Amino acid sequence: MNIRRTQMVLTAVGMVILAAMEVHVPSAADTADPTKIVVKDFMFSPTPLTVKAGSTVTWTNMDDEPHTAVSDTGLFKSGGMDTNESFSFKFDKPGTYHYTCTIHPRMVGTIVVQ
Amino acid sequence: MSDDQLRISRRNALKCMAYGGAGTLFALSGGVLTPIDLAMAREYDESKEGKTLGKPLFVQISDTHIGFNKEANPDVAGTLTQTIDIVNGMPVLPALIIHTGDITHLSKPAEFDQAQQLFSRLRTTEMHTVPGEHDTTDATVTEYFNRFGKASNNKGYYSFDHAGVHFIALINVLQFKPGGLGTLGSEQLAWVAADLKGRSASTPVVVFAHMPLWTIYEPWGWGTGDADQLMSQLRRFGSVTVLNGHIHQIVQKVEGNMTFHTARSTSYPQPVAGVGSGPGPLKVPADQLASMLGITSVSVVKHPSALSLNDTALA
Repeated sequence: MNIRRTQMVLTAVGMVILAAMEVHVPSAADTADPTKIVVKDFMFSPTPLTVKAGSTVTWTNMDDEPHTAVSDTGLFKSGGMDTNESFSFKFDKPGTYHYTCTIHPRMVGTIVVQ
Repeated sequence: MSDDQLRISRRNALKCMAYGGAGTLFALSGGVLTPIDLAMAREYDESKEGKTLGKPLFVQISDTHIGFNKEANPDVAGTLTQTIDIVNGMPVLPALIIHTGDITHLSKPAEFDQAQQLFSRLRTTEMHTVPGEHDTTDATVTEYFNRFGKASNNKGYYSFDHAGVHFIALINVLQFKPGGLGTLGSEQLAWVAADLKGRSASTPVVVFAHMPLWTIYEPWGWGTGDADQLMSQLRRFGSVTVLNGHIHQIVQKVEGNMTFHTARSTSYPQPVAGVGSGPGPLKVPADQLASMLGITSVSVVKHPSALSLNDTALA
Protein backbone atom coordinates (compact mmCIF):
# COMPACT_ATOMS: atom_id res chain seq x y z
CA MET A 1 0.00 0.00 0.00
CA ASN A 2 2.72 2.42 1.01
CA ILE A 3 4.92 1.38 -1.90
CA ARG A 4 2.08 1.89 -4.38
CA ARG A 5 1.40 5.38 -2.99
CA THR A 6 5.09 6.30 -3.32
CA GLN A 7 5.05 5.13 -6.94
CA MET A 8 1.98 7.23 -7.65
CA VAL A 9 3.60 10.30 -6.11
CA LEU A 10 6.79 9.73 -8.11
CA THR A 11 4.75 9.30 -11.30
CA ALA A 12 2.94 12.53 -10.59
CA VAL A 13 6.25 14.34 -9.97
CA GLY A 14 7.57 12.89 -13.23
CA MET A 15 4.55 14.18 -15.13
CA VAL A 16 5.04 17.65 -13.67
CA ILE A 17 8.69 17.60 -14.74
CA LEU A 18 7.73 16.44 -18.25
CA ALA A 19 5.09 19.17 -18.48
CA ALA A 20 7.67 21.74 -17.37
CA MET A 21 10.12 20.50 -20.00
CA GLU A 22 7.59 20.89 -22.79
CA VAL A 23 7.22 24.62 -22.27
CA HIS A 24 10.96 25.07 -21.82
CA VAL A 25 12.36 27.25 -24.62
CA PRO A 26 15.35 25.53 -26.23
CA SER A 27 18.69 27.24 -25.77
CA ALA A 28 22.31 26.46 -26.53
CA ALA A 29 22.76 25.01 -23.06
CA ASP A 30 19.66 22.84 -23.30
CA THR A 31 20.32 19.41 -24.68
CA ALA A 32 17.53 17.74 -22.70
CA ASP A 33 15.14 17.51 -25.64
CA PRO A 34 16.30 14.48 -27.57
CA THR A 35 15.16 15.78 -30.95
CA LYS A 36 16.45 19.38 -30.89
CA ILE A 37 19.66 20.63 -32.49
CA VAL A 38 20.91 24.10 -31.71
CA VAL A 39 22.97 25.90 -34.36
CA LYS A 40 25.16 28.41 -32.58
CA ASP A 41 28.68 29.80 -32.89
CA PHE A 42 29.05 28.02 -36.25
CA MET A 43 28.41 24.59 -34.69
CA PHE A 44 25.62 22.00 -34.62
CA SER A 45 24.99 20.63 -31.14
CA PRO A 46 24.60 18.00 -30.07
CA THR A 47 26.30 15.95 -32.75
CA PRO A 48 25.99 13.09 -33.20
CA LEU A 49 22.35 13.09 -32.16
CA THR A 50 20.73 9.69 -31.59
CA VAL A 51 16.94 9.39 -32.03
CA LYS A 52 14.39 6.61 -32.48
CA ALA A 53 12.96 5.86 -35.94
CA GLY A 54 9.92 8.01 -36.57
CA SER A 55 11.33 11.00 -34.66
CA THR A 56 11.11 14.52 -36.00
CA VAL A 57 14.38 16.42 -35.52
CA THR A 58 14.33 20.22 -35.36
CA TRP A 59 17.30 22.51 -36.02
CA THR A 60 17.13 26.11 -34.69
CA ASN A 61 19.64 28.76 -35.78
CA MET A 62 20.75 31.07 -32.97
CA ASP A 63 23.55 32.86 -34.86
CA ASP A 64 23.34 36.27 -36.57
CA GLU A 65 24.51 34.47 -39.71
CA PRO A 66 22.19 32.16 -41.69
CA HIS A 67 22.91 28.44 -41.77
CA THR A 68 21.56 25.42 -43.60
CA ALA A 69 21.31 21.71 -42.74
CA VAL A 70 21.67 19.71 -45.94
CA SER A 71 21.90 15.91 -46.08
CA ASP A 72 24.98 14.55 -47.85
CA THR A 73 22.69 12.16 -49.75
CA GLY A 74 20.08 14.78 -50.63
CA LEU A 75 17.49 13.29 -48.24
CA PHE A 76 16.74 16.69 -46.68
CA LYS A 77 17.63 20.32 -47.38
CA SER A 78 16.68 23.06 -44.96
CA GLY A 79 17.08 26.17 -47.08
CA GLY A 80 18.62 29.22 -45.40
CA MET A 81 17.63 29.47 -41.74
CA ASP A 82 17.89 33.04 -40.53
CA THR A 83 18.31 33.95 -36.86
CA ASN A 84 15.76 32.09 -34.66
CA GLU A 85 14.35 30.19 -37.64
CA SER A 86 13.93 26.41 -37.50
CA PHE A 87 13.78 23.44 -39.84
CA SER A 88 12.32 20.01 -39.05
CA PHE A 89 12.66 16.62 -40.72
CA LYS A 90 11.10 13.27 -39.79
CA PHE A 91 13.46 10.30 -39.84
CA ASP A 92 11.51 7.12 -40.62
CA LYS A 93 14.30 4.64 -41.29
CA PRO A 94 17.16 3.57 -39.01
CA GLY A 95 20.60 4.59 -40.22
CA THR A 96 23.38 7.17 -39.93
CA TYR A 97 22.72 10.50 -41.63
CA HIS A 98 25.48 13.06 -42.24
CA TYR A 99 24.65 16.69 -43.00
CA THR A 100 26.46 19.97 -43.71
CA CYS A 101 25.81 23.69 -43.62
CA THR A 102 26.26 24.56 -47.29
CA ILE A 103 27.00 28.18 -46.42
CA HIS A 104 29.81 27.14 -44.06
CA PRO A 105 30.82 23.63 -45.15
CA ARG A 106 33.18 23.14 -42.22
CA MET A 107 29.99 22.85 -40.12
CA VAL A 108 29.04 19.18 -40.20
CA GLY A 109 26.75 16.99 -38.10
CA THR A 110 25.47 13.45 -37.79
CA ILE A 111 22.12 11.95 -36.82
CA VAL A 112 21.91 8.31 -35.80
CA VAL A 113 18.40 6.84 -36.17
CA GLN A 114 17.81 3.60 -34.23
CA MET B 1 50.59 40.77 -31.39
CA SER B 2 46.97 41.59 -30.57
CA ASP B 3 44.17 41.16 -33.06
CA ASP B 4 43.88 44.93 -33.38
CA GLN B 5 47.55 45.29 -34.14
CA LEU B 6 47.28 42.50 -36.65
CA ARG B 7 44.35 44.21 -38.32
CA ILE B 8 46.10 47.56 -38.47
CA SER B 9 49.33 46.17 -39.82
CA ARG B 10 47.45 44.17 -42.43
CA ARG B 11 45.50 47.24 -43.43
CA ASN B 12 48.66 49.29 -43.71
CA ALA B 13 50.28 46.62 -45.81
CA LEU B 14 47.31 46.63 -48.15
CA LYS B 15 47.25 50.39 -48.36
CA CYS B 16 50.33 50.25 -50.56
CA MET B 17 48.31 48.44 -53.19
CA ALA B 18 44.72 49.32 -52.49
CA TYR B 19 42.74 51.95 -50.65
CA GLY B 20 39.73 50.90 -48.59
CA GLY B 21 36.22 51.49 -49.78
CA ALA B 22 32.72 50.90 -51.05
CA GLY B 23 33.84 49.12 -54.14
CA THR B 24 37.00 48.55 -56.05
CA LEU B 25 38.01 50.23 -59.27
CA PHE B 26 40.42 48.34 -61.49
CA ALA B 27 42.81 49.96 -63.90
CA LEU B 28 45.23 48.16 -66.20
CA SER B 29 48.67 49.55 -65.51
CA GLY B 30 51.86 48.07 -66.90
CA GLY B 31 50.19 44.73 -67.43
CA VAL B 32 48.72 44.50 -63.96
CA LEU B 33 45.20 45.28 -62.80
CA THR B 34 45.42 47.60 -59.83
CA PRO B 35 42.54 47.99 -57.36
CA ILE B 36 41.64 51.40 -55.97
CA ASP B 37 39.30 52.00 -53.06
CA LEU B 38 36.08 53.86 -54.09
CA ALA B 39 36.13 56.87 -51.78
CA MET B 40 39.81 57.34 -52.46
CA ALA B 41 39.19 56.80 -56.16
CA ARG B 42 37.39 60.07 -56.45
CA GLU B 43 40.35 61.95 -54.98
CA TYR B 44 42.73 59.87 -57.03
CA ASP B 45 40.88 60.60 -60.25
CA GLU B 46 41.36 64.30 -59.69
CA SER B 47 45.08 63.94 -59.09
CA LYS B 48 47.68 64.03 -61.83
CA GLU B 49 48.39 60.33 -61.44
CA GLY B 50 44.68 59.69 -61.62
CA LYS B 51 44.62 61.01 -65.17
CA THR B 52 47.10 58.36 -66.22
CA LEU B 53 44.81 55.64 -64.89
CA GLY B 54 42.91 55.59 -68.12
CA LYS B 55 39.32 54.74 -68.77
CA PRO B 56 37.69 52.66 -66.04
CA LEU B 57 37.07 49.26 -67.53
CA PHE B 58 34.73 47.93 -64.90
CA VAL B 59 33.62 48.21 -61.30
CA GLN B 60 33.38 45.20 -59.00
CA ILE B 61 30.51 45.15 -56.52
CA SER B 62 30.28 42.27 -54.06
CA ASP B 63 28.33 40.80 -51.18
CA THR B 64 25.33 43.13 -51.27
CA HIS B 65 23.38 40.67 -49.02
CA ILE B 66 20.00 42.22 -49.74
CA GLY B 67 17.64 40.93 -47.01
CA PHE B 68 20.18 41.20 -44.18
CA ASN B 69 18.75 43.37 -41.39
CA LYS B 70 20.78 42.65 -38.26
CA GLU B 71 22.71 45.03 -36.04
CA ALA B 72 25.87 44.98 -38.18
CA ASN B 73 23.93 46.97 -40.83
CA PRO B 74 20.14 47.35 -40.55
CA ASP B 75 20.03 49.15 -43.93
CA VAL B 76 21.89 47.16 -46.60
CA ALA B 77 19.63 48.66 -49.29
CA GLY B 78 20.82 52.09 -48.16
CA THR B 79 24.51 51.24 -48.37
CA LEU B 80 23.99 49.62 -51.79
CA THR B 81 22.24 52.81 -52.90
CA GLN B 82 25.25 54.81 -51.66
CA THR B 83 27.51 52.47 -53.63
CA ILE B 84 25.45 52.94 -56.78
CA ASP B 85 25.59 56.73 -56.30
CA ILE B 86 29.40 56.52 -56.15
CA VAL B 87 29.53 54.49 -59.38
CA ASN B 88 27.06 56.79 -61.12
CA GLY B 89 29.12 59.78 -60.00
CA MET B 90 32.43 58.53 -61.35
CA PRO B 91 34.08 61.05 -63.73
CA VAL B 92 34.11 58.43 -66.48
CA LEU B 93 31.46 55.72 -66.28
CA PRO B 94 32.83 52.17 -66.28
CA ALA B 95 31.73 50.06 -69.23
CA LEU B 96 30.79 47.07 -67.08
CA ILE B 97 29.72 46.11 -63.59
CA ILE B 98 30.85 42.78 -62.16
CA HIS B 99 29.01 41.41 -59.11
CA THR B 100 30.98 38.70 -57.34
CA GLY B 101 28.06 37.11 -55.51
CA ASP B 102 25.95 37.04 -52.39
CA ILE B 103 23.55 39.37 -54.12
CA THR B 104 20.98 38.28 -51.53
CA HIS B 105 21.21 37.08 -47.95
CA LEU B 106 18.74 34.15 -48.05
CA SER B 107 18.02 33.48 -51.77
CA LYS B 108 14.45 34.74 -51.34
CA PRO B 109 12.54 35.93 -54.42
CA ALA B 110 11.72 39.25 -52.72
CA GLU B 111 15.41 39.81 -51.97
CA PHE B 112 16.43 39.19 -55.58
CA ASP B 113 13.61 41.47 -56.75
CA GLN B 114 14.73 44.28 -54.45
CA ALA B 115 18.36 43.84 -55.54
CA GLN B 116 17.42 44.04 -59.21
CA GLN B 117 15.32 47.10 -58.56
CA LEU B 118 18.29 48.79 -56.86
CA PHE B 119 20.71 47.73 -59.63
CA SER B 120 18.38 49.25 -62.21
CA ARG B 121 19.54 52.68 -60.99
CA LEU B 122 23.09 51.98 -62.21
CA ARG B 123 23.97 54.15 -65.20
CA THR B 124 26.17 51.30 -66.38
CA THR B 125 23.60 48.78 -67.52
CA GLU B 126 25.87 45.86 -68.48
CA MET B 127 26.24 43.71 -65.38
CA HIS B 128 27.90 40.31 -65.10
CA THR B 129 27.29 38.15 -62.05
CA VAL B 130 28.35 34.95 -60.33
CA PRO B 131 26.37 33.49 -57.41
CA GLY B 132 27.51 33.29 -53.81
CA GLU B 133 26.51 30.49 -51.45
CA HIS B 134 23.87 32.83 -49.96
CA ASP B 135 22.24 33.03 -53.42
CA THR B 136 21.83 29.26 -53.76
CA THR B 137 20.23 28.13 -50.48
CA ASP B 138 16.71 27.74 -51.92
CA ALA B 139 15.66 24.09 -52.16
CA THR B 140 15.77 23.95 -55.95
CA VAL B 141 18.59 26.53 -56.51
CA THR B 142 16.42 28.25 -59.11
CA GLU B 143 15.92 31.81 -57.86
CA TYR B 144 19.43 32.96 -58.90
CA PHE B 145 19.43 31.11 -62.21
CA ASN B 146 15.93 32.28 -63.16
CA ARG B 147 17.24 35.84 -63.03
CA PHE B 148 20.94 35.63 -63.86
CA GLY B 149 21.37 32.19 -65.46
CA LYS B 150 21.00 33.20 -69.10
CA ALA B 151 24.67 34.23 -69.60
CA SER B 152 25.85 30.76 -68.60
CA ASN B 153 22.95 28.66 -69.91
CA ASN B 154 22.21 27.96 -66.22
CA LYS B 155 25.65 26.42 -65.66
CA GLY B 156 27.00 29.32 -63.60
CA TYR B 157 30.25 29.67 -65.61
CA TYR B 158 30.82 31.62 -68.85
CA SER B 159 33.29 33.91 -70.58
CA PHE B 160 33.18 37.09 -72.64
CA ASP B 161 35.55 39.65 -74.14
CA HIS B 162 35.56 43.37 -73.64
CA ALA B 163 38.12 45.97 -74.76
CA GLY B 164 40.67 43.28 -75.54
CA VAL B 165 40.36 41.71 -72.08
CA HIS B 166 39.09 38.14 -71.69
CA PHE B 167 36.72 37.69 -68.75
CA ILE B 168 35.99 34.29 -67.18
CA ALA B 169 33.13 33.95 -64.67
CA LEU B 170 33.28 30.84 -62.48
CA ILE B 171 31.02 29.21 -59.88
CA ASN B 172 32.57 27.63 -56.78
CA VAL B 173 29.66 27.56 -54.33
CA LEU B 174 27.63 24.53 -55.41
CA GLN B 175 29.77 21.43 -54.96
CA PHE B 176 30.78 21.83 -51.33
CA LYS B 177 32.71 19.02 -49.81
CA PRO B 178 31.61 18.68 -46.16
CA GLY B 179 34.22 20.22 -43.90
CA GLY B 180 36.05 21.61 -46.91
CA LEU B 181 36.50 24.52 -49.25
CA GLY B 182 34.63 25.68 -52.34
CA THR B 183 34.94 23.52 -55.46
CA LEU B 184 35.08 24.22 -59.19
CA GLY B 185 34.72 20.59 -60.28
CA SER B 186 36.20 18.68 -63.21
CA GLU B 187 33.49 19.67 -65.71
CA GLN B 188 34.04 23.38 -65.15
CA LEU B 189 37.85 23.00 -65.19
CA ALA B 190 37.62 21.16 -68.53
CA TRP B 191 35.48 23.98 -69.87
CA VAL B 192 38.11 26.55 -68.80
CA ALA B 193 40.83 24.55 -70.59
CA ALA B 194 38.75 24.57 -73.79
CA ASP B 195 37.94 28.26 -73.37
CA LEU B 196 41.61 29.25 -73.03
CA LYS B 197 42.89 26.95 -75.77
CA GLY B 198 44.52 28.88 -78.60
CA ARG B 199 44.23 32.20 -76.81
CA SER B 200 47.30 34.44 -77.03
CA ALA B 201 49.33 34.68 -73.83
CA SER B 202 49.36 38.46 -74.29
CA THR B 203 45.58 38.68 -73.75
CA PRO B 204 44.86 40.16 -70.31
CA VAL B 205 42.61 37.73 -68.43
CA VAL B 206 40.21 38.59 -65.62
CA VAL B 207 38.81 35.63 -63.66
CA PHE B 208 36.04 36.19 -61.14
CA ALA B 209 34.16 33.94 -58.72
CA HIS B 210 32.52 34.40 -55.34
CA MET B 211 34.76 32.44 -52.97
CA PRO B 212 38.50 33.20 -53.01
CA LEU B 213 40.33 31.21 -55.68
CA TRP B 214 43.34 31.00 -53.34
CA THR B 215 43.37 29.70 -49.81
CA ILE B 216 43.18 32.62 -47.41
CA TYR B 217 41.98 30.72 -44.31
CA GLU B 218 41.03 27.08 -44.61
CA PRO B 219 39.32 26.64 -41.20
CA TRP B 220 36.66 29.15 -42.32
CA GLY B 221 36.42 27.74 -45.83
CA TRP B 222 38.04 30.85 -47.35
CA GLY B 223 39.41 29.15 -50.42
CA THR B 224 38.69 26.77 -53.30
CA GLY B 225 39.97 23.22 -53.01
CA ASP B 226 40.78 22.63 -56.69
CA ALA B 227 41.88 26.18 -57.60
CA ASP B 228 45.43 24.96 -58.31
CA GLN B 229 44.15 23.17 -61.41
CA LEU B 230 42.73 26.49 -62.61
CA MET B 231 45.91 28.46 -61.89
CA SER B 232 48.07 25.99 -63.80
CA GLN B 233 46.00 26.82 -66.88
CA LEU B 234 46.31 30.58 -66.36
CA ARG B 235 50.02 30.77 -65.56
CA ARG B 236 51.11 31.19 -69.21
CA PHE B 237 49.21 34.48 -69.57
CA GLY B 238 51.07 37.75 -69.16
CA SER B 239 48.37 39.48 -67.10
CA VAL B 240 45.90 37.59 -64.94
CA THR B 241 43.61 39.28 -62.44
CA VAL B 242 41.64 37.06 -60.05
CA LEU B 243 38.72 38.79 -58.33
CA ASN B 244 36.63 37.39 -55.49
CA GLY B 245 34.27 38.46 -52.70
CA HIS B 246 32.93 36.30 -49.85
CA ILE B 247 35.20 37.50 -47.03
CA HIS B 248 33.93 41.13 -46.89
CA GLN B 249 37.40 42.67 -46.71
CA ILE B 250 40.32 43.42 -48.98
CA VAL B 251 43.08 40.84 -49.15
CA GLN B 252 45.51 40.91 -52.03
CA LYS B 253 48.55 39.05 -53.24
CA VAL B 254 50.67 39.16 -56.38
CA GLU B 255 52.27 35.98 -57.69
CA GLY B 256 54.24 36.32 -60.91
CA ASN B 257 51.86 37.76 -63.50
CA MET B 258 48.82 36.99 -61.36
CA THR B 259 47.12 39.48 -59.07
CA PHE B 260 44.63 38.08 -56.53
CA HIS B 261 42.19 40.49 -54.90
CA THR B 262 39.09 40.18 -52.71
CA ALA B 263 36.63 43.09 -52.60
CA ARG B 264 34.87 44.72 -49.71
CA SER B 265 31.19 44.06 -49.22
CA THR B 266 28.59 46.80 -49.63
CA SER B 267 26.59 45.34 -46.69
CA TYR B 268 28.63 44.53 -43.58
CA PRO B 269 32.23 43.76 -42.64
CA GLN B 270 33.47 40.38 -41.45
CA PRO B 271 36.24 39.65 -38.95
CA VAL B 272 39.85 39.19 -39.92
CA ALA B 273 40.61 35.47 -40.47
CA GLY B 274 40.43 33.43 -37.28
CA VAL B 275 39.14 36.19 -35.00
CA GLY B 276 35.98 35.01 -33.18
CA SER B 277 33.83 31.91 -33.61
CA GLY B 278 33.29 32.22 -37.33
CA PRO B 279 32.89 34.43 -40.42
CA GLY B 280 29.67 36.17 -39.34
CA PRO B 281 28.64 39.82 -39.46
CA LEU B 282 31.11 42.08 -37.63
CA LYS B 283 29.46 44.79 -35.54
CA VAL B 284 31.41 48.05 -35.68
CA PRO B 285 30.48 51.55 -34.41
CA ALA B 286 27.99 53.17 -36.82
CA ASP B 287 30.41 55.95 -37.75
CA GLN B 288 32.99 53.38 -38.88
CA LEU B 289 30.72 51.18 -40.98
CA ALA B 290 30.93 53.12 -44.26
CA SER B 291 34.73 53.06 -44.18
CA MET B 292 34.62 49.26 -44.14
CA LEU B 293 32.26 48.91 -47.11
CA GLY B 294 33.22 49.55 -50.71
CA ILE B 295 33.75 48.63 -54.33
CA THR B 296 36.69 47.99 -56.64
CA SER B 297 37.20 49.74 -59.95
CA VAL B 298 39.47 48.56 -62.77
CA SER B 299 40.96 50.69 -65.53
CA VAL B 300 43.06 49.97 -68.56
CA VAL B 301 46.19 52.08 -68.27
CA LYS B 302 48.37 50.97 -71.10
CA HIS B 303 46.16 48.94 -73.32
CA PRO B 304 46.42 46.09 -73.84
CA SER B 305 49.12 45.38 -71.34
CA ALA B 306 48.05 46.96 -68.08
CA LEU B 307 45.08 46.86 -65.71
CA SER B 308 45.00 48.87 -62.50
CA LEU B 309 42.77 48.24 -59.48
CA ASN B 310 41.29 50.93 -57.29
CA ASP B 311 39.34 50.22 -54.08
CA THR B 312 36.89 52.84 -52.87
CA ALA B 313 35.11 52.98 -49.50
CA LEU B 314 31.63 54.42 -48.94
CA ALA B 315 33.18 56.96 -46.57
